[in-house]
Amino acid sequence: MRALRFALLALARDWRSGELAVLALALVIAIAALTGVGFFTDRVGQAVERQAAEVIAADLKLQASRAPSDDWLAAAAEAGLATARTLSFPSVVFLGEDSTLAAVRAVSEGYPLRGEVKVSAEPFAPPVIADGIPGRGEIWPDSRLLARLGAAVGDEVSLGAATLSITRVLDYRPDQGAAFVDLAPSLLMNLGDIPATQLIQPGSRATHAVLFAGAPADVRAFKARLQDEKLPGERLVDVAEASPQIQSSMERAGRFLNLSALITVLLAAVAVAMSARRYVRRHLDNVALMKCMGASQRLVLAATTTELALLAVMAAAAGAVLGFLAQEVLAWLLTDLIRGDLPPPTWQPALLGLATAATILVGFALPPLLQLRKVPPARVLRRNLEPPPLRYATAYLVAVAALLGLLFFLVRDARLVGWVAGGTVLALAVLGLAGWLMVLGAGRLRGGVGVSWRYGVANLARRGRESVVQVVAFGLGLMVLLLLSVVRGDLLDEWQASVPADAPNHFLINIRNDEVDAFGAFFTERGMAEPELFPMIRARMTAVNGTPMEERTLEGDRARNFSEREQNLSWAAQPQMGNRIVEGRWWDEADRGRHLVSVEVDYAEELGLKLGDVLSFDVAGEPLEAEIASLREVQWDNFRPNFFLVFSPGTLDGMIGTWLTAVNLDEAQRRELVALVRQFPSVSIFDLEAILTQVRQVGDQASLAVQYVFLFTLVAGVVVLLAAIQSTRDERAWESAMLRTLGASRRIVMAGVAAEFGVLGVLSGLLAAIVATVAGWALATQLFNLEYVVDLRVWLVGLLAGLLLVGGAGLLATRGVIRQSPVATLRRG
Amino acid sequence: MLEARKLRKEVSSPEGLLTILDEVSLAIHAGETVAIVGASGAGKSTLLALLAGLDEPSSGEVWVDGENITALDEDGRAAVRARRVGFVFQSFHLVPSLTALENVMLPLELAGRRDAREAASQALEEVGLGARVGHYPRQLSGGEQQRVAIARAFVTRPAVLFADEPTGNLDTATGARIADLLFQLNAAAGTTLVLVTHDRGLAARCGRIIEIDGGRLTGGA
Repeated sequence: MRALRFALLALARDWRSGELAVLALALVIAIAALTGVGFFTDRVGQAVERQAAEVIAADLKLQASRAPSDDWLAAAAEAGLATARTLSFPSVVFLGEDSTLAAVRAVSEGYPLRGEVKVSAEPFAPPVIADGIPGRGEIWPDSRLLARLGAAVGDEVSLGAATLSITRVLDYRPDQGAAFVDLAPSLLMNLGDIPATQLIQPGSRATHAVLFAGAPADVRAFKARLQDEKLPGERLVDVAEASPQIQSSMERAGRFLNLSALITVLLAAVAVAMSARRYVRRHLDNVALMKCMGASQRLVLAATTTELALLAVMAAAAGAVLGFLAQEVLAWLLTDLIRGDLPPPTWQPALLGLATAATILVGFALPPLLQLRKVPPARVLRRNLEPPPLRYATAYLVAVAALLGLLFFLVRDARLVGWVAGGTVLALAVLGLAGWLMVLGAGRLRGGVGVSWRYGVANLARRGRESVVQVVAFGLGLMVLLLLSVVRGDLLDEWQASVPADAPNHFLINIRNDEVDAFGAFFTERGMAEPELFPMIRARMTAVNGTPMEERTLEGDRARNFSEREQNLSWAAQPQMGNRIVEGRWWDEADRGRHLVSVEVDYAEELGLKLGDVLSFDVAGEPLEAEIASLREVQWDNFRPNFFLVFSPGTLDGMIGTWLTAVNLDEAQRRELVALVRQFPSVSIFDLEAILTQVRQVGDQASLAVQYVFLFTLVAGVVVLLAAIQSTRDERAWESAMLRTLGASRRIVMAGVAAEFGVLGVLSGLLAAIVATVAGWALATQLFNLEYVVDLRVWLVGLLAGLLLVGGAGLLATRGVIRQSPVATLRRG
Repeated sequence: MLEARKLRKEVSSPEGLLTILDEVSLAIHAGETVAIVGASGAGKSTLLALLAGLDEPSSGEVWVDGENITALDEDGRAAVRARRVGFVFQSFHLVPSLTALENVMLPLELAGRRDAREAASQALEEVGLGARVGHYPRQLSGGEQQRVAIARAFVTRPAVLFADEPTGNLDTATGARIADLLFQLNAAAGTTLVLVTHDRGLAARCGRIIEIDGGRLTGGA
């Protein structure tokens, strides 16, 4: 009780006298940055997710071979979700005597729940957004179907027992997907016309689905319910499965945003640790005095921690409000750039921000504050008596551990947190060691130079421990700024380059062995580059290490789906562009004759496959066995043909397969596709333009948001750095005053301070550049699967920023002190 | 009232173990005024710190009011200080973020006194600073700061007052006025006064002078 009263008094008085300004400022900025970034990433994350949801035309999809019950539609409506039904099946479409196989998609009113259907008035013409779904008695076939049938808009075709008229050409539907299996030309029709076709009987090979969409929280709740109550045979489909490309792009965007959140946390920790140190230094005398007057250690401790807690609560409130406002400004800045409205923020980021702030405060501010308890009371008589020095390693170990736990909870990305944590610890160690060496070196430099320089550099060497702490803190701050300003640009450029402007936008599949030469000629005759062809063979996996697939227990719908459906096998001498071996090795000449296979890493994970497993396949009746020689990570969003299973050359010899390729066609070249379909009737064309645009949009939207979030973090970082510099000014004030008393002019003292801060800045900048380069490399290659190019700007900017920010700000912060009369400073002691 | 028994204080230094106080024994009776004098580095301040329980001796004991404070831990000694001891320092040691009134209230608040404000105001009146209660230390002259410190020392009505060079930072005239104030208040309250100084004039105003040289008492004990 007494401690609380005392803490309240102390808080009010310290506040009034400005004692708490630096600590409070650091806290408010830290919390504002944390919650601001948190709020904003939450909103962007929701927006990106919604954009990605277009891939399944919904937020959630329940799929089955029998129509899911109407009860689900009613339940969804009750839960505030929009719904629509779809039905897909293959069927033959007739135009008079001509017929062709088509993938039929029948949809109900409301489809699509996410994204838009695009149609055109004639094949391969510029599309417009469709107004609703096809009316009763209408169908919208795609250009390929029209080309196959030789039909035109206005013709009537038969589907089963029904006659339907062609009213539009289907250009794009959001859920057409990017998987290139079973790619018959497709058509869109009204679900209400299905009974008239008499095509759907019990046991028909059709896929029924119900689509759901709504507010994220409602969707989550409904998804949980579906998972519990869905019937066997019913399957929930999400974006990850529907489009690995979009998923991959989204994950990257999420990582970028999380990275800036993590960096903000780091910055906040540095700021709070530095300001808490200053607070403690300034309170050593007061605490000694209080103890001298009979205050117990417990009272000192209780009063100090209570004061800190009270301050934290106020700073948290102010910071959270500021953070909320800041993200509102960010969102407002982005209104014209982000398609559609940003979803409103949820409260979670605020709570997480506050929890993080509390952890930082307890972890990084409490250890130095606990030191106050140990201040010897005899300090009132002999000022040089200090509490035993803080053991940073042990004191901050718990804090770092707690912070990591929290960060993991925050971003749920063990790898990202692991790398950032490992990187930070390593950076701290390197900075500490290098700082110590450089301070040592600087101490030797002092002979043979002017008095100012000697004074400044001598200061650095004399306060060795302090200087190392400062080099580490400034270095860490600068490193983060460098990472954000320069390396970020490189990463984002690389990211955008991963979906290059000339990325293939059409897949051509089902090219027969005997057509290969003529197919190549078709392109060269028209002045286009001859496309690279990839072999493809359809097969079903029958056993793993001799255990039949039926006897293997598999977790999850996705794994079952992988194991049940036919797979596309390919072979290659060299790994495909954008593939990275993560385990095992790619084959070489020495492996000739061996039956080896390289498996995509996610696929292997789902099916529980590991290096050395022997896989058995059934290739159109022929058995095939191969040993897993490597696991591969595939960069799905580069839009090149990629395969889960790639075999070594020779393994698939004698198996009957087809070829496929991916080409980039511009608007004019697209028209040649009609001729291509005529010359090679068996070839299926799959238009990727739409999904490509989708991936680019997700990327653009996210990278734009990331830029702004980084900018925000950058500003917060600079402010934090300034606060940290401010926190060291007291230590210098007294010495400056003393020097001036000894007769040094202001100019000499200023030059001395400039020398000290300048050296400190250059040291920190140099170290920051080294660490930022390594960190940039690690981030690019290990987390984002991007190439990394060493950037000399990092070094230049690092040195300059160190000199200007640390040197300049240090000088500015100290100038005020030097201007005061030395007596005033000395009297305050 | 205050007794030191064979006090010894050693500290480790780069040159090895350094003896600052060597077997110092002395007794000070209630109401006595005692000056501890000696050259710089003779061990005056160390002796004061030990007598006031601010520091622990390497060996020996300090008794305050029949209680062996050497046997207490730091919090125990703090409790003794809170009840019985007041301090005046050479460099005043006012808390810069507190006003004059708040500085004087501090020991009362630490002791949990409800009437802190009234008692502190009265104490400031007594030292002639009634008009400057709301001033911060930096707005006060050296003499005024020391008067605030004296008000702060007496406000808890301590049994013993320790003063460490109370006039050391002041000019002669101000120093003399501060000394007058200190002795007046001391006489009025009947406090035991232990004063460390190398100002012979100030020492002469005390009832007894204890001389210390090289860590040993050379006279007056």
